[in-house]
Amino acid sequence: MAAVTMAGALNRALHDAMDDDDRVVVFGEDVADLGGVFRVTDRLAERFGSDRCFDTPLAESGIVGTAVGMAMYGYRPVVELQFDGFSYPAFEQITSHLAKMPNRSRGTVRLPVVVRIPFGGGIGAVEHHSESPEALYAHTAGLKIVTPSTPSDAYALLRASIASPDPVLFFEPKRRYWTKEDVELPVTAEPPGTAVIRRPGSTATLITYGPTVATCLEAAEAATEEGWELEVIDLRSLVPLDIDTLVSAVERTGRAIVVHEASVFGGLGAEVAAELLERAFWSLEAPVLRVGGFDIPYPASQLEHYHLPDVDRVLDAVERSLDY
Amino acid sequence: MVRDPSVPDPSTLLPPDRPIQLLDSEGTYRADPDWAIDLSDGQLVELYRMMVMARQIDAQSITLQRQGQLGVYASLRGQEAAQVGSAFALAPQDWVFPSYRELGVALTRGMDPRELLHVFRGTWLGAHDPAKHHFGLITISIGTQALHAAGFAMGVRLDGADCCAVVYLGDGATSEGDVHEALNFAAVFDAPCVFFVQNNQYAISMPVTRQTKAPTIAHKAVGYGMPGYRCDGNDVLASYAVMRRALEHARGGGGPVLVEAETYRMEAHTTADDPTRYRDDSELEHWRSRDPITRFEVFLRDRRLIDDDLVDTVAQAATAEAQAVRAAIYDAPHGDPLELFDHVYAEPTPRLRAQRAQLAAELAGQDA
Repeated sequence: MAAVTMAGALNRALHDAMDDDDRVVVFGEDVADLGGVFRVTDRLAERFGSDRCFDTPLAESGIVGTAVGMAMYGYRPVVELQFDGFSYPAFEQITSHLAKMPNRSRGTVRLPVVVRIPFGGGIGAVEHHSESPEALYAHTAGLKIVTPSTPSDAYALLRASIASPDPVLFFEPKRRYWTKEDVELPVTAEPPGTAVIRRPGSTATLITYGPTVATCLEAAEAATEEGWELEVIDLRSLVPLDIDTLVSAVERTGRAIVVHEASVFGGLGAEVAAELLERAFWSLEAPVLRVGGFDIPYPASQLEHYHLPDVDRVLDAVERSLDY
Repeated sequence: MVRDPSVPDPSTLLPPDRPIQLLDSEGTYRADPDWAIDLSDGQLVELYRMMVMARQIDAQSITLQRQGQLGVYASLRGQEAAQVGSAFALAPQDWVFPSYRELGVALTRGMDPRELLHVFRGTWLGAHDPAKHHFGLITISIGTQALHAAGFAMGVRLDGADCCAVVYLGDGATSEGDVHEALNFAAVFDAPCVFFVQNNQYAISMPVTRQTKAPTIAHKAVGYGMPGYRCDGNDVLASYAVMRRALEHARGGGGPVLVEAETYRMEAHTTADDPTRYRDDSELEHWRSRDPITRFEVFLRDRRLIDDDLVDTVAQAATAEAQAVRAAIYDAPHGDPLELFDHVYAEPTPRLRAQRAQLAAELAGQDA
């Protein structure tokens, strides 16, 4: 067993995918010689040549739009958008073409494109580098939205995303890039669309994904002092969303709290809460609660810790749930 | 893939002072040794046949819209030479990335016009298989397909294939950011991509003179390090010759080319538009006198390649095809509502399966 970081696991997944399929190409800003600003594409250009891993001009719409064209030609592009806030210049290509062309063409065109997006806050970055835009894209039919929380999942889910015939937006929790796990790669996981129980518990269920999985696990550990056994579920995939696993959980615990970094209003938590109300109403002992960022533009780095959900805010929500 | 292209001398990239024209507005052939035409007599007649066909089906489509059979339609009238001439220069393996006004290109590629009209009828959003005629899906959001063409050409280049991507754009599209990014990507990666801009003088109501301060649209090429070509887009021979040269340049590893074909949109932007609010009859009259089909017909008659009989035969064949299109549109089945869920993903998600079942139940309830 070797300790692997999430960034290292993602890098290994790219190496292995390019090894297995010579139609896989990697491109984006600073991904070749530099190896990406987070080094996720480290040494790909060196190993596979500048035809298969190359830097592009600084233009995000161009990156996604040309990925669509290359996929139409027959390649399987894996592109990097350097930061979450820079996915917005590519918004039209993602929502109007990447998401829609397979349907528009009645399935004659498939776009096996993976758009990797480092997302979320907590790294003390300047503006536009800490956004959580996943709900914008989850609301767009035709995309699959995947987000790992551990190194081994990062490896397995990225491999599965690259193998997928559908376009995938792959959200990488950037403040967890350096999280280590003892794991022997390669590993496989259930296909995207399957949530996983990270920690069993019977008092209440914490439902989360990406960067806040670690926050929730920490909260669950702290909660044992109160005598609470908190279950933690990692969604791993927002589209498709594994509602069945969440319904079973609520049938066991009766209480659910959804946790994410993104602003609460109109976020994934709202979707999960509504689904649980529709499908597990009689199992619920309390309303499904949401813990997330405030409904404000992402704050400056000195103030971001007031905005990001932390262990205390999660435990406060658990207490409110138990008080019902 | 990234190379260090030697920076070209900008003066070699500049477009000509006047657009290339081989047929003057009277239809007289002005031979230009730089732009020799290599078409057989049969091919020359074929160009004529395609232009007449495009005009007839176009007219029929406008009528179908007036009769409520199409929701909306964007006419190519006036642009037949630019479209047929340029598309005729393509090799079968080349790919077209069209906007929504490309009936003439589609016909020249061998596409069945009924497949294009799906979009305007509202049966489906795109429907045809692009791989069949190497003709991409109609793109309505302006200029966005330029990036698909550039990316496709990047793929061609990686593969070392003998193929060009050709994107058809309008003058308005050249203001879009995606077109800028596409020109830049194509140039940086030496991608075999031709940007064919039909400058039809208007983006809905906006004249090209207010769209850009560039001396001509073709001049924009210089800033990207690619050559800019210009042709009289109402001259089918010039449109063919210039496009052929552009394709040779791209195919030969010379990288992308920006071609501007100067033409005029004789009809409204779409059937939903009222052009009398922004342009006057004298302008229309001027361009009517430069009609691409009339001009080419004079040339063909001078060469004794057509006579009254052949003109009649071509017109009758076009009318018959337009009638067949009309009948097919009238008889076209409605879209299948349950198909709405089938192509969103390669494998429908559980939610989509459930929603499909829901709609099926609603439909069964209506029938009951």
